[in-house]
Amino acid sequence: MTAIPVTEAELHAYIDGLLPAERRAEVDAYLAAHPEDAQRARAWQEQNQALHAWFDPVLAEALPLRVRHPALLRRMPPAMRYAAVAAWFALGGVTGWYVHVYNTAKSADSIAFAREAVIAHVVYSPEVRHPVEVGADQEAHLVAWLSKRLGASLKVPHLQAVGYQLVGGRLLPGNQGPVAQFMFQDSNGRRLTLYVRRGARDSSETAFRFAQERGVGVFYWLDGKFGYALSGEIDKAALLRVAEAVYRQLNP
Amino acid sequence: MVPHIPRLRRYARALTGERARADDLVQDTLERALNKLHLWQPGSDLRAWLFTLMHNVFINQLRAQPGRLTAGLDDEAAEVAVRPTQTDWLEVRDLQAALLRLPEEQREVLLLVGLEQMTYEESAGVLGIPVGTVMSRLSRARERLRGLLAAGAMPAALKVVK
Repeated sequence: MTAIPVTEAELHAYIDGLLPAERRAEVDAYLAAHPEDAQRARAWQEQNQALHAWFDPVLAEALPLRVRHPALLRRMPPAMRYAAVAAWFALGGVTGWYVHVYNTAKSADSIAFAREAVIAHVVYSPEVRHPVEVGADQEAHLVAWLSKRLGASLKVPHLQAVGYQLVGGRLLPGNQGPVAQFMFQDSNGRRLTLYVRRGARDSSETAFRFAQERGVGVFYWLDGKFGYALSGEIDKAALLRVAEAVYRQLNP
Repeated sequence: MVPHIPRLRRYARALTGERARADDLVQDTLERALNKLHLWQPGSDLRAWLFTLMHNVFINQLRAQPGRLTAGLDDEAAEVAVRPTQTDWLEVRDLQAALLRLPEEQREVLLLVGLEQMTYEESAGVLGIPVGTVMSRLSRARERLRGLLAAGAMPAALKVVK
């Protein structure tokens, strides 16, 4: 047998999952024959696991950061507006970001989703002239277009029963692909936005989660193929009422 | 930028060992990113770019501390002075304490690879060093950490500075 000698770098790549698949078996064989190296590799692997166990909880913590130079944002060219507002939110408010469900990786993703939804709400809900790309008068076209772009059949809820009319919707770039945003408005002109993304996988688990930042509340949940986030500057109980109406409409 | 912030915070926490200092590091990094947003190439890896900025901010902060050795020395014997913020410093045990005993340049490599799960090439890009240097620092970091953890918590040589 003419095995190629295993290098130190390959031992690291082995435990970091960076070794080419065809070499793994040879390193396995090498480690079986060299218990001292096997012990070292195992210790390194345990270090990686310990790092995650120790520091992953930081992923789900509230963001206590502050804006030190809000003037910076005003100097931004308009093209950077979205990024700037995003960063401004990231820098956070004194009120912080309250999330009731803490879980590591999976919930970090949904927290990021909820935050994206809030940012999109803050960017578009104050728009006077162009709040949406396609208005409610072309609802069928809007739904067909967004369904096509998201790659799954979307439904838009009707919320007149809870006091909100559809304004329309737009397509947005989400962190994981295209996202649809529907906007609703009550008789006083107060707006809610429903942010919908295609989920990575079907989910039968539906749990409403709530987060809030700078007066914008957001309920977000997973349902079947989609993730939803409903944002608005109304109180939590009122927002929940609408979120429940949305959920019932989409699950008749 | 937003989806990357929790990971920047996780890395900063592990790197500095202190909540307040870590959050300052993230804050400074984000401000720098905002100021330099026009330099970022759309389509390129935003996460790697943010970690590169954080590395630069971190190194600058180290340089600003008087009497500190700065990057570039793979000093096996480097002792790390630790400034506690928690009153209950002794409760911060084992792993964090051991991490802080690694020279910064080894700690960075260990965390980028072991915690952030970057490839060696990505880590080299973030730190602006050759891949070979990443490998040697990683090797030293892991062996040193193994020794520290095996020796038990808090060796007496660790100096606590008020």
